[in-house]
Amino acid sequence: MIEVSINDESKTCSVDTTIKTLLESCGFASDQIAVAVNAEFVPRSNYTSRRLNTGDQVEVLVPVQGG
Amino acid sequence: MVDLVTFYDQSFASRFLIGSALYPSPQIMAAAVKASGANIITLSLRRQSPEKQGGKSYWEFIQELGCTLLPNTAGCHSAKEAVTLAKMSRDLFHSDWIKLEVIGDAYNLQPDPFGLLEAAAELIQDGFKVFPYCTDDLVVCQKLLDVGCEVLMPWGSPIGTGKGLINPYALQTIRERLTDVTLVIDAGIGLPSHACQAMELGYDAVLLNTAVAEARDQANMAQAFKHAIAAGRSAYLAGAVTERQTAKPSTPTLGMPFWHQQ
Repeated sequence: MIEVSINDESKTCSVDTTIKTLLESCGFASDQIAVAVNAEFVPRSNYTSRRLNTGDQVEVLVPVQGG
Repeated sequence: MVDLVTFYDQSFASRFLIGSALYPSPQIMAAAVKASGANIITLSLRRQSPEKQGGKSYWEFIQELGCTLLPNTAGCHSAKEAVTLAKMSRDLFHSDWIKLEVIGDAYNLQPDPFGLLEAAAELIQDGFKVFPYCTDDLVVCQKLLDVGCEVLMPWGSPIGTGKGLINPYALQTIRERLTDVTLVIDAGIGLPSHACQAMELGYDAVLLNTAVAEARDQANMAQAFKHAIAAGRSAYLAGAVTERQTAKPSTPTLGMPFWHQQ
């Protein structure tokens, strides 16, 4: 098992967890979010292939109002 | 007369860019945006847990307005943060437009000119169309043009203050020196008269949020700004009189009754 954080909340996952499987397990709709891992942008096309490691900090952002 | 404003390769009828934040409800936001006549709306990206995604979101209301989206990098305090957030925005909104904010001071939310330049250069190299939120410093504006910005957005005054144009001289100087670039006053506008003044100076558009969102009647205030921006633009195109120190009668003095030459 590995331990990652998603929006600053800890989550324990299996070692083969990808961004796609993490998002699905957390209930995020992948067409309405954008992702960064360890403050680096991850393109949508990499969600399936990008595996996570222990200690990774995943940011999942959604559209909100802004000025 | 068709009088369009151009941002990079796109032209728009409205010179009013409106923010989507701070409204009491998404319904009030939508009504205000419609009343404003704006073609371009700003928005942002933030964390949100999936549990809070129930119901119709602000994002869905914004989508239904049919406006062109201008995502921002609000809250970023370094070039790296802003570049990452811009890339996330492009991935989600499928747009290479970005309102670039790199804040240098938390007290007055003053843009960091050095971080802004660094981020703008990197993003333009990566294909973004950058709308930099900057101060009214002419040299910073020139440097932003040098790295490839085709739109500049100097502040009128700090975000949310409603103080209007606190340095009209600097803003006018930017307009006079940088005649070909699209200039937008962004931030600090409190009253429709402030927006009108910006347009009278020859600015191409105005971007504001708080002055509408925190008005008592948001839709009416949005409409007031719409008219003020149009009035200021017309005045600029019409050409104002030159200010003079001494009075000059407007009624003819020739043939005046009861007047006898001494």
